[in-house]
Amino acid sequence: MSTTTTFLIESMAILGGLGLAVGLMLIFASKKFKVETNPLVEEIISVLPGVNCGACGYAGCSDFAERVVNENAPITGCPVGGFDVAKEIGGIMGQEVAEGEKQYPFIKCHGGLNCVDRFEYVGFEDCKAVMMLSDGEKGCSYGCMGRGTCVRACPFDALYIGDDRLPHVNKNLCTSCGLCISSCPNDVLAFAKESEKVHVRCVSHDKGKAVKEVCTVGCIGCKICEKNCPEQAITVTDFLAVIDQDKCTACGICVEKCPQNTIEAR
Amino acid sequence: MVEKALFAIFLEGVFIKNFLIIQFLGLCSFVGVTKDVKSAAGMSGAVIFVMAMASTASYLLYTYILVPTAMTFLDLISFIVVIAALVQLVEFVVRKNIPSLYRSLGIYLPLITTNCAVLGVVLLNVQSQYNFMQSVVFGIAAGVGYTIVMLMMASIRERSTFVNIPSSIRGLPQAFLIATMLSLAFVNYFWVIPI
Repeated sequence: MSTTTTFLIESMAILGGLGLAVGLMLIFASKKFKVETNPLVEEIISVLPGVNCGACGYAGCSDFAERVVNENAPITGCPVGGFDVAKEIGGIMGQEVAEGEKQYPFIKCHGGLNCVDRFEYVGFEDCKAVMMLSDGEKGCSYGCMGRGTCVRACPFDALYIGDDRLPHVNKNLCTSCGLCISSCPNDVLAFAKESEKVHVRCVSHDKGKAVKEVCTVGCIGCKICEKNCPEQAITVTDFLAVIDQDKCTACGICVEKCPQNTIEAR
Repeated sequence: MVEKALFAIFLEGVFIKNFLIIQFLGLCSFVGVTKDVKSAAGMSGAVIFVMAMASTASYLLYTYILVPTAMTFLDLISFIVVIAALVQLVEFVVRKNIPSLYRSLGIYLPLITTNCAVLGVVLLNVQSQYNFMQSVVFGIAAGVGYTIVMLMMASIRERSTFVNIPSSIRGLPQAFLIATMLSLAFVNYFWVIPI
């Protein structure tokens, strides 16, 4: 045996022995300091989507699961997983869950290309940045800026800006988490249930003359819809029509009568 | 080798050779965990403990295993093994006893493993040929120096959240600017106390 070989073996033995001793010590320590986790928490974590988006209001999925078990957080608290996940969590926690109706974000403005631009904006592509410049580039300061703040806020790529410079929702990808709605600086987005068929697609409170100057499809507050609605479901306040969705029967009379085509049926 | 007094070694470790601000070791946790005083204090406690333990363990390893077998070239790799094991141990203890601290430290606790400050302490011990007591004192001193700077930094950063500063400087750039001024304050110890 040459000296090199013995040297090699010795050094290997020392490092290997050190590793073995340390490993055994760690095994012993992990046994001694074992943390008892509630098996319910683990189960709920395995049910949750695991995107850690924070839409529930807690710091990630594991935190939410822990609070459901220990602090009585609502079992329907995960908007991303929706009803299916809530049902599974309810099954784990032994609670019944009633199914709510699906709702998706709805764009309450359809100005887009129908709305004039006051100036050409060159700068950061973000609605909040545009709004800082004298209330936006568009003639109407209430509506959608079409710069995609909501698109970037969506963790699921469910929104996109279409050719009409308005955001569109891909309902197959949307999880109704509401992050886009809270990101919109103009509150143009809102939840709308699938059963709600008729919508006023305008958010402008300007007087009719001012709206007509800048937008071909904005609400001018003419009250024609209010007078024609057989259910008295529409009220015009501050030059903007608002539909009471509980009364609306989706008869479509207002859609026909609206001179600006602001009211749409989908 | 002149025998240094333990107190002198302690002062040297805390101020003159301050790990964060004079030697720029362990900066990852320095800018990462100093967002609030509570987690900075927790991290510092863990670091003091790990540094003292690592100094002790590495001294014993070096003197009683590596030197007699003439295997001193293995010091780096064996120290890393020992430090990693110690950090794992600390992680177990913290997770069991202080779960809130475990959550707030998050990724930074395992990062002590690869924290160059800890490895720096044990390698400096070997380099300066300290004996057992001196090694342990230097390890604790390094941890205390780390703690002082971490707490200063965390306090300043906590207060500076209410200060109206340009948004382009907020966050990390601001942390580095604060670190610069802090290190300027510590540089003076070089000239004030000749050791």
